[in-house]
Amino acid sequence: MIDMILLYDFVLIAQKAGLIVTVFAITLGVAAYSTYGERKIAAFMQDRLGPSNAGPWGLLQPIADGVKMFTKEDFIPNQSERWLYILAPGAFIFVALMTSAVIPWGTTLTLGGLNMDLQVTNINIGILYIMGFVSLGVYGIMLGGWASNNKYSLYGAIRASSQMISYELAMGLALIAVIMLSGSLSLRTIVEQQTGFGWNVLYQPLGFILFFVCALAECNRAPFDMAECETELIGGYHTEYSSMKLGFFLFAEYINMFISCTVISCLYFGGYNFPGVDPGWLGGLMGPIVLFAKIFFFIFVFMWIRWTLPRFRYDQLMHLGWKSLIPLAILNMLLTGLGVLLWGK
Amino acid sequence: MQLTQRSKQVVNKEMTFMERIYLPAILKGMWTTLKHFFRRSNTTSYPKEHREFAPVYRGWHVLKRDAQGRENCTACGLCAVACPAEAITMEAAERQKGEEHLYREEKYAAVYEINMLRCIFCGLCEEACPKEAIFLTDRTVPSDYVRQEFIFGKDMLVEGVEPEKRIDVTKRQRHLLEKKQAQPV
Repeated sequence: MIDMILLYDFVLIAQKAGLIVTVFAITLGVAAYSTYGERKIAAFMQDRLGPSNAGPWGLLQPIADGVKMFTKEDFIPNQSERWLYILAPGAFIFVALMTSAVIPWGTTLTLGGLNMDLQVTNINIGILYIMGFVSLGVYGIMLGGWASNNKYSLYGAIRASSQMISYELAMGLALIAVIMLSGSLSLRTIVEQQTGFGWNVLYQPLGFILFFVCALAECNRAPFDMAECETELIGGYHTEYSSMKLGFFLFAEYINMFISCTVISCLYFGGYNFPGVDPGWLGGLMGPIVLFAKIFFFIFVFMWIRWTLPRFRYDQLMHLGWKSLIPLAILNMLLTGLGVLLWGK
Repeated sequence: MQLTQRSKQVVNKEMTFMERIYLPAILKGMWTTLKHFFRRSNTTSYPKEHREFAPVYRGWHVLKRDAQGRENCTACGLCAVACPAEAITMEAAERQKGEEHLYREEKYAAVYEINMLRCIFCGLCEEACPKEAIFLTDRTVPSDYVRQEFIFGKDMLVEGVEPEKRIDVTKRQRHLLEKKQAQPV
């Protein structure tokens, strides 16, 4: 009997370990190929070719970039706060990677009598956990910018942190409306409630737009790339960074984008749900594919927006965040509350 | 003054509601970029593929040989005189006995140098030449780090004897060749 329990535990641990490694690999892979995708999409939108020399259609470009990053000189400025300077990129990428733990990648798979959750951990406050880690992401930027002892870095870091704090408010408020509909903070429950075409975006169109805009700002992506704004602050908070430390920062940003797109897909577009995809065996396999299709679509939209829109001016950014998005989010919350009260969805 | 039909009057007016919510303008912009996304790119992947030069392109000079492989140039110096940039210098020498297979006439250029940094590729040397010896081709002059390397001597200018080392000048200069060959010598 004890043997059975031990075996069961072992199988569970092996499953979770395998899942964690897979999720890590996929996250890193998607982030790496997002850089490639970004450059290709930018190129196509500007009638160019993009990376095309490393491998067929330049497909090996991310690997070449990684090798380049690793072999560059690792420069630490003389006047920098040495340990914080080293810590910052690690903290940033750690926080970015941690968020993938609560994402439900698919329904429960049943293989040979064994149940396998396609989710690393199903904690009942999943979305709160993600919000918490996203807000910790500010520390990586802030530490990096401050420890560099460079005014442009500091400007970038201050801009980034104030922007992230401002937009997190609107993001949270937009999120509350979704939570009111679902009555749960667990991402799995939220996703499970959107079977078929019952996607939250149909009930929360305004909330979706607000959340999407805030997600753009949270990822520091154009048109809200205040933290970097190459034309004004050189590289923003990572101006002084080089080698793989810079690589970590850039990589973490792409991971953040991937996670944001995943969260948007899960919250508003039904996650692994799609009409016709049943929770059976085939549906269990189709679920992740559907989810990734949605994620890639949103990553494309993120990049599409970046290569379309110019950057907001800083005061416009704050105006938009505080004077437009937050009131709209509150309005959305009130309307949703009214709807729940009247129809009890 | 209105230069194009596309110019717009700039007015600093209050934005309307539709303009203030940004979304219609954003969607319009995204439609524009999406159209470009599916458009064919204009890129020529340069070292791999070359764009075709215009037929009138004037580049790296060649000193031609005749059908028997003898150098056409007689070092008359008309090209150097014609050259507005004074890029051409040469030293003449007399053909010795036994060198008839190398040089077409009794006099030849022992040294023939074009300074490619001075040359303006106007093609006046080509027009001045009475012997169909010098032509500008559609080859670009290769880059280098040292100025000295841009003074091209006969090793860089004279074409090879073998048929595969001959340099084709017919693309642009055919009519010139025909005109010159039609003239009585």
